Amino acid sequence: MHIQVKDLNKSFGNFQAVNNVSFEIEKGKLIGFLGPSGGGKTSILRMLAGLESPTSGDIYFHGKRVNDLPPQERGIGFVFQNYALFKHMTVFDNIAFGLKVKKQDKAYIKERVQYLVELTGLKGFEHRYPHQLSGGQRQRVAFARALAPEPQLLLLDEPFAAIDAKIRTELRTWLKDMISELGITSIFVTHDQEEAIEVADEIMIISKGELEQKGTPWEIYKNPQTPFVASFIGESSVIENIQFIRGFEDVSVDEGIKALIRPEYIEVGRPGEIVLASATVDALVKHLHFRGSEWMVELEVGDQKLITYRSLEKEVLQPGERVKVLVHRAYLFNDEKSWIMENPLKVDPLPVFI
Amino acid sequence: MNSLFRSRTWSYSFRSIVIIYFIGLIIIPIISIYTQSFSSGILNFWDNISDPLAWKAVFLTLKLAGIATITNILIGTMIGWVLVRYEFPGKSIINSLIDLPFALPTAVAGFIILLLLGPSSIMFEWFGLSLVFHEPAIVVAMVFVTFPFVIRGLQPLLEELDKSEEEAAYTLGSSKFRTFFQIIMPTMLPGILSGGMLAFSRGLAEFGAVVLIAGNIPGKTLVASVYIFGEIESNNPQGAAAVSVLLLTISFIILWFINKLSRGGNTL
Amino acid sequence: MRRLWISLTYVVITLLLVVPLYKIFTGAWAQGFDGFIEAIARPQSLHALKMTAIIVVTVTVINTFFGVMLSLYLVRATWLSRTIKRLSNSIVDLPFAVSPVIGGLMIVLLLGPNTIMGTFFNNIGVQIVYALPGMILATLFVTFPIMIREVMPVLQEIGDQQEQAASTLGAYSWYTFWKVTWPNIRFGVIYGVVLTVARSLGEFGAVLVVSGNIINKTQTATTLVYQDVENFNVVAANAIALVLAAFSIMLLLLMEWTKKRKGVH
Repeated sequence: MHIQVKDLNKSFGNFQAVNNVSFEIEKGKLIGFLGPSGGGKTSILRMLAGLESPTSGDIYFHGKRVNDLPPQERGIGFVFQNYALFKHMTVFDNIAFGLKVKKQDKAYIKERVQYLVELTGLKGFEHRYPHQLSGGQRQRVAFARALAPEPQLLLLDEPFAAIDAKIRTELRTWLKDMISELGITSIFVTHDQEEAIEVADEIMIISKGELEQKGTPWEIYKNPQTPFVASFIGESSVIENIQFIRGFEDVSVDEGIKALIRPEYIEVGRPGEIVLASATVDALVKHLHFRGSEWMVELEVGDQKLITYRSLEKEVLQPGERVKVLVHRAYLFNDEKSWIMENPLKVDPLPVFI
Repeated sequence: MNSLFRSRTWSYSFRSIVIIYFIGLIIIPIISIYTQSFSSGILNFWDNISDPLAWKAVFLTLKLAGIATITNILIGTMIGWVLVRYEFPGKSIINSLIDLPFALPTAVAGFIILLLLGPSSIMFEWFGLSLVFHEPAIVVAMVFVTFPFVIRGLQPLLEELDKSEEEAAYTLGSSKFRTFFQIIMPTMLPGILSGGMLAFSRGLAEFGAVVLIAGNIPGKTLVASVYIFGEIESNNPQGAAAVSVLLLTISFIILWFINKLSRGGNTL
Repeated sequence: MRRLWISLTYVVITLLLVVPLYKIFTGAWAQGFDGFIEAIARPQSLHALKMTAIIVVTVTVINTFFGVMLSLYLVRATWLSRTIKRLSNSIVDLPFAVSPVIGGLMIVLLLGPNTIMGTFFNNIGVQIVYALPGMILATLFVTFPIMIREVMPVLQEIGDQQEQAASTLGAYSWYTFWKVTWPNIRFGVIYGVVLTVARSLGEFGAVLVVSGNIINKTQTATTLVYQDVENFNVVAANAIALVLAAFSIMLLLLMEWTKKRKGVH
């Protein structure tokens, strides 16, 4: 579904939650609303869903103005932060709910629910109740339920906020794959940068009710357009030729792949400090900045700049010093896709079995 | 002081006194009703039970308590809903007033109903309706004394209901009407049911509010509790005990159901 | 839609609760202020009010003590098996299901003048049925579950970790109770007290049966109202009822105030 928003405003009394926001979203894209808590992202999402009405401004789905349409008629699927599963219904009934509303016949409902149950990996759980499921399972039910009536737009409000960190990464990947397979236009709200970069095709940075910047993660990190965006995304390193980083030599040159490496995934140390020496590459310390609780270190690997942080507990590095750098993981992008790559050399070559 | 209470004797004496109190005040009296009613033999018990007046009294009580309970379920659900979902002037006063029937003596309640619906009241003069000494007055009395039960039963459940469950239903295409019946109602239902059962059980037992206004016409407006009272006054404690056993057994069964319902609700 | 429900609510509340209150307050002045005072100042009125007061105080004190103790035992005691605790828990609720008349009947059957226990007490000079002790017993029975139903949930919710901590710090049971347990259950107990007072104030059926309603001897305020109505002395009945209603309103306010402080409902 093609979405267009013009001059959207929402105020609660004196508080301006959303301030003159305008944007367009192409059909089939997966968009992330990223920004600090209370910045207005969820308000915009809820206005798109019809759960809240704008103070002023217009929303168009496929060119048709939908401001006055209630949520029931907008053809959307909504996944809530706390799942909002119907506590007194089984998994099957939860997923079937939207279909029963549309008065689909029983055979079709059964088939569709079965399909979704298998798609979301919940086979065997159809007759369980929400309180008998884990957090991850509940989230998947919420997802299946939203998808059952074949919505044209999928909206997700911080879908992974309430989930354990370990399962979060699994679910994120699963979600991204699922959405791209279904080809459905989707928008999700998050305050987690890593999540936004990993999952979204495009990110919209929203803060204090204003749209700061819209673009691919690459665009945003390379060319932050406002001071807020620049400080929000932090000092990630932007690399054109990842092949020169040890461990990533196999990344193909011709596909125009670039990399974004967050400082926390760059480890710097004197020769001998880093245990996995075989995975490190030589680097030169260019500058050091004292940041109160740690050092910010600017490095050069070949002609590429890297930024990372070094703890005050370790020995202080000097500008001009030759050091070793281990890149743990990088976010790789080209025009078509994006993914995370762990440094393959991180596997201990001499595993010891106890 | 500490060392005084630390001693074992104190601890054991406390325990014994409390246990004796519990057994002596509650358990023994209840058992005694059952034994006393059979004390002159089964035949006598059966005679007392099968007295047509007794039967009629019990049935009448069941019927009227049933009507009162249904009334309270309807009104109570509406009021409970209004109190939880809406804001309006006087809301907190009304919320506090709901508990009035719990605070007011039942005899006073009966007296007021007598004043309002009795021969010298507006009801009679304006509408020519003499409600007192007829069944409707009894129902009114029962509705009054059991008024808070359904409301207080469903309020916490409705307050706990997550707004996002409703919103989820809307996004799935469900109208407000459908959402109310399929999503909101099932959440309130355990509270309404347990409140209703408490109300029914209380209505069955009600004496004070009813005896003042019922006229106690045997077979017509004589409820079980007043019948029992009558038997006691006419020096027929066995008869009174027999019908008491009947009434008690019904009430205990209801109590058991309520317990089951609240425990079932807890696991959900 | 919304307006409809709110208006209906107002109507119901007014008809069912407000109008009755109003009627009670105005009816008492039917014969003017003097009529009201006269009705209250009758010897039987004063006696009845005194009886009610004695019963209320005695019953509340006794059932508060036993209620709190039993709650503690039923929730925390290690010397009671779990089945006994669960069984007792169900039994506690029984008086709520018993009609007050039956409650009075039980006392009469157990301790009446024709029974073993009754004659025993009579011989040592204590009359139970048709006298104050019987009335107190009947009211104790009827109000028994109230305190326990208020205190037990609180005890269950707060757990006993604080008390365990206190014992590791050297505190013994009495000290622990006052300094640790009591502050936690305080408002639940106060709420229970208010409810018990309200209930014993209003107790009618059980007391009527047990006391014989002997004027100037075993009459309470509520049974006096009953008698006045039977004698068609409506104004007098109204006056007593007004006094009772006034107390009830105060108790209601106390109830609401305590409910808020209590937190958990």
